[in-house]
Amino acid sequence: MAESDNIVVETAEKIFADLADPQEINNDKNSWQGPLWQALSEAGLPLSWVPDDLGGSGASLADGFALLNAAGRFAVAVPLAETMLAGWLLAQAKIASPEGEMTVLPASPKDRITLDADGSLSGRARGVPFAKAAKHFAVLAHGKDGVSIALVDAAKARVEAGLNVGYDHSDTVTLDKVQPVTLKAAPKGFDQTTMMLMGGVARSLQIAGALESMLDISVRYSNERVAFEKKISKFQAVQHNLARLAGESAAALAAATSAADAIANATSFDDEVYLEAASAKIRCAEAAEKGGAIAHQVHGAIGFTLEHILHRYSLRALAWRDDFGSESHWAVELGKLVANRGADELWPLVASR
Amino acid sequence: MTAALRFDPIRLPEKCEQLRKEVRAFLAEEIAAGTFDPHKPNREDTDAPEFSRRVGAKGWLGMTWPKKYGGQERSFLERYVVTEEMRVANAPTRRFFVADRQSGPVLIKYAPEHIKMEILPRICRGEICFAIGMSEPNSGSDLFAAKTRATKTDGGYLVNGTKIWTSSAHIADYMIAIFRTSQPTKENRRHGLTQFLVKMKQPGIQVNPIGQITGQYEFNEVVFTDFFVPDDHVLGEVDGAWKQATSELAYERSGPERFLETYYVLTELVRAVGPNPDTRSAEGIGRLVAQLHTMRRMSVSVAGMLEAGKEPVVEASIVKDIGTVWEQQLPHRVRDLAAFVEETATNRETLERQLDFAIKTAPKLTIQGGTTEVLRGIIARGLGLR
Repeated sequence: MAESDNIVVETAEKIFADLADPQEINNDKNSWQGPLWQALSEAGLPLSWVPDDLGGSGASLADGFALLNAAGRFAVAVPLAETMLAGWLLAQAKIASPEGEMTVLPASPKDRITLDADGSLSGRARGVPFAKAAKHFAVLAHGKDGVSIALVDAAKARVEAGLNVGYDHSDTVTLDKVQPVTLKAAPKGFDQTTMMLMGGVARSLQIAGALESMLDISVRYSNERVAFEKKISKFQAVQHNLARLAGESAAALAAATSAADAIANATSFDDEVYLEAASAKIRCAEAAEKGGAIAHQVHGAIGFTLEHILHRYSLRALAWRDDFGSESHWAVELGKLVANRGADELWPLVASR
Repeated sequence: MTAALRFDPIRLPEKCEQLRKEVRAFLAEEIAAGTFDPHKPNREDTDAPEFSRRVGAKGWLGMTWPKKYGGQERSFLERYVVTEEMRVANAPTRRFFVADRQSGPVLIKYAPEHIKMEILPRICRGEICFAIGMSEPNSGSDLFAAKTRATKTDGGYLVNGTKIWTSSAHIADYMIAIFRTSQPTKENRRHGLTQFLVKMKQPGIQVNPIGQITGQYEFNEVVFTDFFVPDDHVLGEVDGAWKQATSELAYERSGPERFLETYYVLTELVRAVGPNPDTRSAEGIGRLVAQLHTMRRMSVSVAGMLEAGKEPVVEASIVKDIGTVWEQQLPHRVRDLAAFVEETATNRETLERQLDFAIKTAPKLTIQGGTTEVLRGIIARGLGLR
């Protein structure tokens, strides 16, 4: 999505350009986050996926996904995606969203939060993005009667701060018999896999956005940097590397936007949507690795310094691979699904999209 | 943004899915009747004239062309579906594929009307086979270097020289070839090449087969000795073929045939591992399927751009670059995973035979339709680097 064609994205891009210019925020470690979050909140963006009657701004799924792609292009380090996902999760059970920063848990397919008979929640979730910054958690929990969705006051949980490879908060949250603010049954068919796929597609769009920016700044740099008396963009080896980066960026964008489109138009998370969402996470993670490596190669040692903005994109894209199931996790699950359907059903599955 | 690449999530319309069912039913009948074996991509004889006529009779050749030339005036997206189903089934498309994809559209654009009326309906009926004469000894992807001369004579041209790597020339009825009609100028080194329609099986043409490492004979050397081409067989502008030929290539770089050539090994791997794969096999299959799905979505997206009348030259080149690298690596990745397949897998022999063939096929895949290096040059130009 190289140009914005909807009002949500236009609004967000203007805010990002004003308050999250990569060069400026790279020189100012934290104080930009408050004004940015405030502006995003005033525009109603963190609660894009929450209907009006539940306290949100009721944007479409499609517009919200496009917004996440734009956020990826700026690699913003505020819990926009997390609050959007939390609001979306709560809305599944018709739970109203509170104001302020939120995040979702668990953030890994391996972790489980359980709902006890007394209505309290227990369990541990690792790698929860921005848990330290969140005022509330949207929690998916397993009880003996099935899956529930809960709104939890963050102050009631134990949060151990951690950092992901991109230097953003990725924390461990422990719930020990915590009474939720609100708790309701999840809709029929909704389970932890649904939430992980949704989170994975959100991350895919962010990764694709970060890759678009990495391509952009790498092309620009190659047209500025002179070596051996030539712009390095004139060296065929550099051109071919950038062509490959363009390919990885394009593949990530295609996979992510296709999955977003699939979810936005789906009535359920069937095998076809599963193929789209899992593939997006797998392919975007691969693109983050390959594409980020090329961007650094083109930038030489300059891109390796903290002064340069490249790391804002490259490290976050790498970090986002780990949230809501890594590419290894989804590859195993997708492979099992394909094998289980059988060899002769593989092409019909692929061609169904 | 310097590089505004878009791959909108185009979905194939419902009529395409209906058509897909028809194509699958047709192919299932052909397989049942013994026309071809979908599990033998390495069959000796890939030329199937009767199959070609039956495909033509279905209306699946020249699908997008005007009805007055025998076409169906259907969409690129419908043609896309037919192409991918044929490819996935390993159908013997050699006789009609080039004519349908490339030669027919060139004739529609550049041939005189009476030639169009004569030849295009025959392509649509699946009666005739085309070859493309671009490469020459020591030229390959470098079209500038073409030396085969067409010298003006009474009522036409006399051709002398040699084309090489010409797929299907041994069975082709026609070739669309590029010959040198004058020298390049200082101002324009691309000047001086002309595109011609060549009727094969005439005096003055000798076709010499070239064996391939797969054991097949599809490539040929084609030697022209004082071969006569009449004036009305000039296609387009004399000395101006460069632009015609390159746009012709750019249009067909992103189709399903550009990433499905070795697809069959993936299906056989899935069959061999069975319904309950170990973690390693599952992960390997999952990654390959995710990559395949992504490429196909990109390819469909480009088909949608073509349908909308756009010229997605860079996007198409990206799809071919990623697609051919993928289909080239696929047999090797499948081989890695096949090492863990049980000895008792029912299709083990089929898988091994297919892998053997696919591994031998792989080296050519990044060459046909423009080498990976040339494509990356086109992408780099699109990025504003040259």
